[in-house]
Formats: sequence, structure tokens, C-alpha cells
Amino acid sequence: MSENTITFEIDGVEVQGIAGQTIMAAADAVGIYIPRLCAFEGLPPFGSCRICTVKVNGRFQSACTQPIAEGIMVENDTEELLELRRNLVDMLFVEGNHFCMFCEKSGNCELQALAYRFGIAAPKYPYMFPADRNVDATHKDIFIDHNRCVLCARCIRASHDLDGKNVFQFVGRGPQKRIAVNSTAKLVGTDIDVTDQAVAVCPVGAILKKRVGYTIPVGQRKYDHEPIGSDIEANKQ
Amino acid sequence: MQDTNDLKRIVIEPVTRVEGHGKVTILLDEQNRVKQARLHIVEFRGFERFIQGRPYWEAPVLVQRLCGICPVSHHLAAAKAMDLIVGVDKLTPTAEKIRRLMHYGQMFQSHSLHFFHLASPDLLFGFDAPVAIRNVIGVAAKHPDLAVQGVMMRKYGQEIIKATAGKKIHGTGAIPGGVNKNLSIAERDMFLKDIDQMTEWSRGALKIAKDYTIENLEAVAPFGSFDSNHLSLVRDDGAMDLYHGNLRAIDAQGNKIFDQVDYQNYLEYITEEVRDWSYMKFPFIKSLGPENGWYRVGPLARVNACDFIDTPEAEAARKEFMAVTDGKPNNLTMAYHWARMIETLHSIEKIRELLEDPDLQGSDLVLKGDRRPEGIGLLEAPRGTLFHHYKVNEDDQVVMANLIVSTTSNNEPMNRAVSKVAMDHISGKAEITEGLLNHIEVAIRAYDPCLSCATHALGKMPLVVRLVDHEGNEVAKKST
Repeated sequence: MSENTITFEIDGVEVQGIAGQTIMAAADAVGIYIPRLCAFEGLPPFGSCRICTVKVNGRFQSACTQPIAEGIMVENDTEELLELRRNLVDMLFVEGNHFCMFCEKSGNCELQALAYRFGIAAPKYPYMFPADRNVDATHKDIFIDHNRCVLCARCIRASHDLDGKNVFQFVGRGPQKRIAVNSTAKLVGTDIDVTDQAVAVCPVGAILKKRVGYTIPVGQRKYDHEPIGSDIEANKQ
Repeated sequence: MQDTNDLKRIVIEPVTRVEGHGKVTILLDEQNRVKQARLHIVEFRGFERFIQGRPYWEAPVLVQRLCGICPVSHHLAAAKAMDLIVGVDKLTPTAEKIRRLMHYGQMFQSHSLHFFHLASPDLLFGFDAPVAIRNVIGVAAKHPDLAVQGVMMRKYGQEIIKATAGKKIHGTGAIPGGVNKNLSIAERDMFLKDIDQMTEWSRGALKIAKDYTIENLEAVAPFGSFDSNHLSLVRDDGAMDLYHGNLRAIDAQGNKIFDQVDYQNYLEYITEEVRDWSYMKFPFIKSLGPENGWYRVGPLARVNACDFIDTPEAEAARKEFMAVTDGKPNNLTMAYHWARMIETLHSIEKIRELLEDPDLQGSDLVLKGDRRPEGIGLLEAPRGTLFHHYKVNEDDQVVMANLIVSTTSNNEPMNRAVSKVAMDHISGKAEITEGLLNHIEVAIRAYDPCLSCATHALGKMPLVVRLVDHEGNEVAKKST
């Protein structure tokens, strides 16, 4: 055991991680799934969606940003946290216009997959049905459907950190906060390319490659058979 | 126009054992004579508007949400239109045959559902039978074998849809230019295992419908019947083809009004009229005008319009059917049931033909071509000819959609049937019983209407809310 090894507990089970790891990264490494939405492997921690909220020594923390420390007691798979995460996903569903029944991301969508994992059959909050969300289809290979954006900022970070561009940015504050493109001429005026990571990382059906649609049959989509997080849990030690 | 305020009003709401919601109003004078009878479709749908702005490849999946009974028809009609949008005039053999299999599976399950679950209580127990037994539960109690057949036949068709579209309801199998999966050997063998049984049950159902019509011909012949034009797609050689063909319209005597019309030109031949008392439009043949140009679609129209059926047992059944009217078109409303069961047998024959075709296991699924701005897709849905017409802008967004749904074409015929039955069976009766009112529903049911699909006259008819006090005076009126 190296001096960098840190020992702590998740849900009463002793686990070990490496100094400097976040709780999420350490949990992933030992096959414990902590649900998440804005976190994405290869992108720096962001901590905005709060789906990965855990309790550390009794206090709420986001697992994607909080580093591990010797002896901490982490709560993850508890009814209290499940309820909190369920409420967050519920709110994301009602805040936008998420119509899974015809969305081409259905079956590959992380928001939908979280809802299934959490046992959400229908949101408990009233739908807001926002009427101000538009579709930007001006780019020849990519389209953005703002109805389905959950403001996770993956596209902003991927464009900047991975693609070396700066295509997306947040505008507005509070309920008016939106993703905007760095162009007055919509997506067509940006330097985004269909092969950019910014397109690939969208967890929902907001940024999509055109003309892909429903090419993957039902039954062969990412979450058709195994719930989200199964790939991490498969590594359980 | 006669003032209808003084007339007695009978309302049948909802009309039962049909898909969707509708109501019938019958206006009677003091001697209970029928002055007016109408079928109103009270649902309101707006799919032609919802789809605007959406990417074109979404249309086959989005628009099928019109309906939970025959979504496959909308899925495939939209996909056929999108094939043209992506510049594909002819699919690969595998794609075409997978879609046909999906479509015949759909036809088989929808017709079985209608015959066994919705219509058979009237035919087995009589139109006047007590309402407590005149339903599918009554059928299950008195004829358990038939009830089981109905369930199992529907299941068989639904499983075919699942195998080809991915889901039993609202699948994604047809994509612009082709399909997203083929049929595995295991799936094929699963369907072949039961096909003899399905064929046998289809023969039995056909016999019930045929015997009922012939044995009760005297009563059935005038029941809600009238001469009409008939419209359907037919193949190049005049054969019945439920998935693809050209438009043919015939009159009540069988004379062709037009024939082998490329449906890309349908607007030159068919147009629609909006009336202020229904959300459903009234299509008619342009050259004949709204008074005479209305037509029937669906099983009766298809069996009447085609020259032959290209599967042996269904063709033999068609000949028997046509012999009743000496080879002329059959204009009996109740003959829809018989025609529907001929198509059920035809569908299972086609399913067998397709399952034995190795093209279904092919891997060449999708083609691409040069993008076009407009696409029109037609097919014969269980309830009749289905029109999907789209325009798409340069950004791949749908900017116009026009749907003429089968039941919409049967709007005028159903209203005629309702009027005829009301005149023949209700007018002047001292007491109007539930059984008598069921006669009206029996006539509507023969058309197997899908009322939810059929209503989309968006922007043409405002919603009106009237607030009326206890004395019948209008206190307030609000319209959209």
C-alpha cells in the first residue's frame, strides 16, 4: 500500500483511493456507481447538476468535485439521497420539453436512463411547457434543440477544453439561463464541426448529428437492457 | 335552413366499440321523425402543426403518435414520404420486404382486433341483444374459442410489428431510405411455427363474416347502405396491394373515375372540405365536386376496386364476395366485415410468403440519394387509403404537413350510414330503446373508424364554449 493510498467508507464499506481523486473517481474505480449528469470522463469537475450529491460525514457534497480524505464516511445509496436525486431529475424533466416518446436520443439518453434507474414513471412536479425554446437547424450536419437542453455545460467545456474552440456559452441568469452559440448567425456561423467532442458529449437530445435519427433499432440502444451505471458496477471489487 | 331548436335531440355519446371519441346527434320532431342525424368527431388533434419545425427524420416516429391502434400505417406512410425527401425512389429488397412484413402484421392485428373484439358482439348476439352481454366479455363467455382466437391473432400481428419495428406500439423500424433492422432466422422461425394456426383461424373468421352476410342478406343489404364511389391503391396490374400502388377510383357501378394515378399528383384529384360542425374534414374527388365526389375507402373499397388478389385463398374469397353482386361493386355497409376478413386472410398469406423469402435476412438496409424538398407517401391502412404529404426546408425542417387519414375519407359515408339507419330504424318509433340506438353504432362500427387519427382540421374550426343557464339562455360565449 503506497503512502498515497487513502482509506475511507462508502455506505459502510471500506474502500481505498488515491490521494487527489474525487469521491466519484474513487468510487468508479472500485465499481460503486454514483449517479451523475454534468460529470463526464475527460472533462474537469463542474459540480452543477447536483445529481451526484452524496453525504460526507453528514454534510451534502457533490461527489464529482469533492476530493477523498482519510477516514471520511460517505453516504451514497440511501433512500434520502435517492429521493433528492429523483427530485432533481424530476425538475429537469418539467423545466424543459422532454418528449421521450419521439426523441431520437431515447434509449441512449442519460436523463431518461437516470429516470428509469430511479423508478420515475412520471414527474411529480407540474410540467412548465416552456414556449420560448427553439431549434437551431442552420448547420448542415448538426442541430440544437433547446427544448431538451439541461444546462449541464458539457458542450461548453468540451468545446473549450477538448476541441480548442469556444462555440458555446451560457447567457442569462436564473430561469433565463440558456446555452448560446458564439455567433450572431446561429450554429451555421460558428466553427463547430460534426466530429467535435462538443457534439458527442451531450447527455440528452439537445445537440445531435443530423440524419442519424433512429438508425439504431430499439433493443440495441445503450440503455435498452442494462440501467445507466451498470458498466461501472460491473467492476465491483 | 330549418330551425333545429324546436326539435327533440338524442345524443349517443360516446359512440362505443370504436377507436377514439365521437358522438351522434339525432334531431326528432314531435312525431319522433328523424330530421337530421350526424356523426360528430369531438376529438381535436394538431399533428400537422406539431411536426412543423421538426427534423424530417423525426416525422415517421412523431406522427405515428396520432394513434395507438394503427401507428404502423402512419409510421410507414411518413417513411415513404421521407424516402422521397432523401432521394430514394426504390428501397433495397430487404428494406421493402421488412416494411411490407410490418404492414401486413399491422393489418392482421388491427382487423382481428376489430372483428373479434369490437364488431363480433353485434354479429353473434344481434343488434338488440342486452347490452350486458353485447360486448367482448359476452363473447368470451359464450364463444371462448373465438375470444381466444381474437387475442392470439392480434398478438401474432403485434409480435411481427415488434420484430420489425422494435416495439409493438410506436416503433422506429422504418427510417428515411430504408429500415434499421432485418429479421433474424430465430424471429422468422418463431412466426413460421404458428402460421398454419393463424391461417386456419383466419379462414374461420372469414367464414363467420361471409355466412353472417349471406344468411342475413335480406336484413343486411339495406342496413345503412347506399351507392358510393370507392377509392384505393392498386398495383400496376390491378392487383390489391396494401403497401404501395397507384390510385384508382370507381363509381358505384364499377366504372373507373380515374385509374393508375401516380399518388404524387393526388392534389390534382382529391381535395377536402371543412364543415363547421366537425373537426374532421370531408375529402372528395375534385372532378365530381363535394356533392357527388365523396367516396368510401377501406376493406370494402379495396376489394371492390382491385381486379384480383395475388394470394390464392383470398382471391377465391374475393370471387365469392363479388358473385353476390354479380361482379359489380358491393355497396353494402355491412359487407365491410366480410371484406375485412378477406384481407385478414390475404395478410396472413402474404406474411407466409414474406417469411419464406431469404431477402428478409439481408443486410442491405438503407439507401441515400439527393435531397428533395417535398415527399408524398400513401399506403392502404387497415381503415383505408392514408395520405402523408410533407415539405422540408434546406435546414432539414418540416415546414408543411398534410394528412388525409382513412377515417376522414369515410366521414361522409359514415354520416350517410348514420342518416340511413336513423331513417329506417328510429324515425317515427314511439319508444326509442338502447337497442335501436345501437343500430346507429353498428353502422358506424362497420367502417372501423379511428376517430382520434382523423381529426386535425387545425385552424379551420374554432373551439367554442357556451355557458347556458337553467332556462337554456346563453349567458356567455367564448371561442379560441
